[in-house]
Amino acid sequence: MQEIGIVETKYFTFAYPPHRLKLDLGEEIGPVTIAYETYGKLNKNKTNAILILHALSGDAHAAGFHADQNRPGWWNDMIGPDKAFDTTKYFVICSNILGGCKGSTGPSSINPETKRNYGLSFPPITIRDMVRCQKHLIDYLGIQKLLCVAGGSMGGMQVLAWMTDFPEKIRSAIPIATALRHSAQQIAFNEVGRQAIIADPNWSDGDYYGHQIPSVGLSIARMIGHITYMSDISMARKFGRIRNKEFSSKFLANFEVEKYLHYRGNSFVKRFDANSYLYITKAMDIFDALENSEKANNLKKFNGDILVIAFKSDWLYPAYQSKEIVRVCKQAGINVSYCEIESTYGHDAFLLEVREQTCLIKHFLNKVFSKTIHEK
Amino acid sequence: MKNRLEISFDHWLITQMVEENSRVLDLGCGDGELLKNLVKTKRCNGHGIEISEKLVYLCIEKGLNVIHGDIDSGLSEYQTDSFDYVILNQSLQQVLHFEKVFEEALRVGRYAIIGVPNFAYWPARFQVFFLGRTPATSTLPYLWYESPNIRWLSISDFITFCNKKKTKIVKAVCINDARIIKFFPNFFASSAIFLLARFKNIS
Repeated sequence: MQEIGIVETKYFTFAYPPHRLKLDLGEEIGPVTIAYETYGKLNKNKTNAILILHALSGDAHAAGFHADQNRPGWWNDMIGPDKAFDTTKYFVICSNILGGCKGSTGPSSINPETKRNYGLSFPPITIRDMVRCQKHLIDYLGIQKLLCVAGGSMGGMQVLAWMTDFPEKIRSAIPIATALRHSAQQIAFNEVGRQAIIADPNWSDGDYYGHQIPSVGLSIARMIGHITYMSDISMARKFGRIRNKEFSSKFLANFEVEKYLHYRGNSFVKRFDANSYLYITKAMDIFDALENSEKANNLKKFNGDILVIAFKSDWLYPAYQSKEIVRVCKQAGINVSYCEIESTYGHDAFLLEVREQTCLIKHFLNKVFSKTIHEK
Repeated sequence: MKNRLEISFDHWLITQMVEENSRVLDLGCGDGELLKNLVKTKRCNGHGIEISEKLVYLCIEKGLNVIHGDIDSGLSEYQTDSFDYVILNQSLQQVLHFEKVFEEALRVGRYAIIGVPNFAYWPARFQVFFLGRTPATSTLPYLWYESPNIRWLSISDFITFCNKKKTKIVKAVCINDARIIKFFPNFFASSAIFLLARFKNIS
């Protein structure tokens, strides 16, 4: 199979003072930089643009390779020539998020006014603020209407925010393994992660830049996260009860599953900012796709198609939450398709179940794209 | 008549009952062949509900709107009059809450098109009467221990049921293979397709 090859992350900066970006919760910020990548070519009528939205710890690098790295982007199996998001047909954009630490403006960025890292002076943000930034990016790229917005987990929340904030700007939507709003259980797991960071003495009220970072707290937060991304059966298959023979009274990791979690936690600390983790998880927790009647009415203005995907063993975003999305779409009169994929991978399935998702997404996009051709 | 050769006889009959440009919901839509035909020949806005994941993929491949789920729970979420037609072709006999689904089909759709097998078809009667066996026929091929059918009804039973539910039978076609049966259908027909409507509008 052909591949995309070498790609580069690009940066778009907007909202220069005094035209700062107004945020959902009342504050303002500017300038704002958003990191993004694009694959494939925009057609003449600009009708083939698809926006990919990433999950909590993702970034703009969704596909292809960076020149200095040997690992491809996080959804490389799904994006490329002849893949689910076929780059020979579509112009695929992946945008990083406001509040992140992967090239976009976030708490670890330098505040141009104080010349210091924002830290906790960074304003509170929402999922809808992330989408607002993406809207600026789409306008900058000269795209009137996106063919599709697609993403899993928090990316799926952004898809739902697009549907309820800019329904006339998208032709179709693919929310995967996501929810209209977090349940108490989802908020609870996020809160344990946040408290692990906050309890780390190195966190210092978020003012740790240039000093020791709260690596223990962030690593524990990530360990908890990884447990929720897997399933009982996938952990049993991957690790079982395999362990070193010698048992030490010093409580060193000797089970395989313990080593794995430590490895994941330690590698996360090298690539992610603790304050970003706090801001983003909070944004996920307070998100509610249908928080008021205006959003519910906006959903009715969406006259495109939606494909909702869930996974059987996903207990972090259980299928009943996807069925909720299906229910509100049915009631809004939207053309909705839904599939609950048989998978044992848990929440991680949206990154791993490539064959099934490819079958669904490829044909769904074919249908939506052929409608744009008939429109002309 | 060209269409008749490309699709099965019951699909052809159902397609004849549906008006052009209507909104259709097919409950237990299987691989989506009927819906695809309705979209193609009658320019319908086609929706389906299907419980088998494998069949859901086939529907999506055909460009249909399909929801993965069971008939029993999927209907109540639709608003009244969401569709012009709700189709239950050879699926109602496998539904647990038969009466509820029947009522819901005629709430969600202005019309219901229901295809039912005839358990009083003469070879079935023969097997029960002379052989003393639970029938397995060409249209009801399952043996007693493997049958997904949980509602054993005849054409006469279904007509009685429609009358009891104060439902208007707009049209009824009884068939055997690719032939329409008019003479003593409860004996000679292996299945029947009904076009049903409510007597009164739902207030």
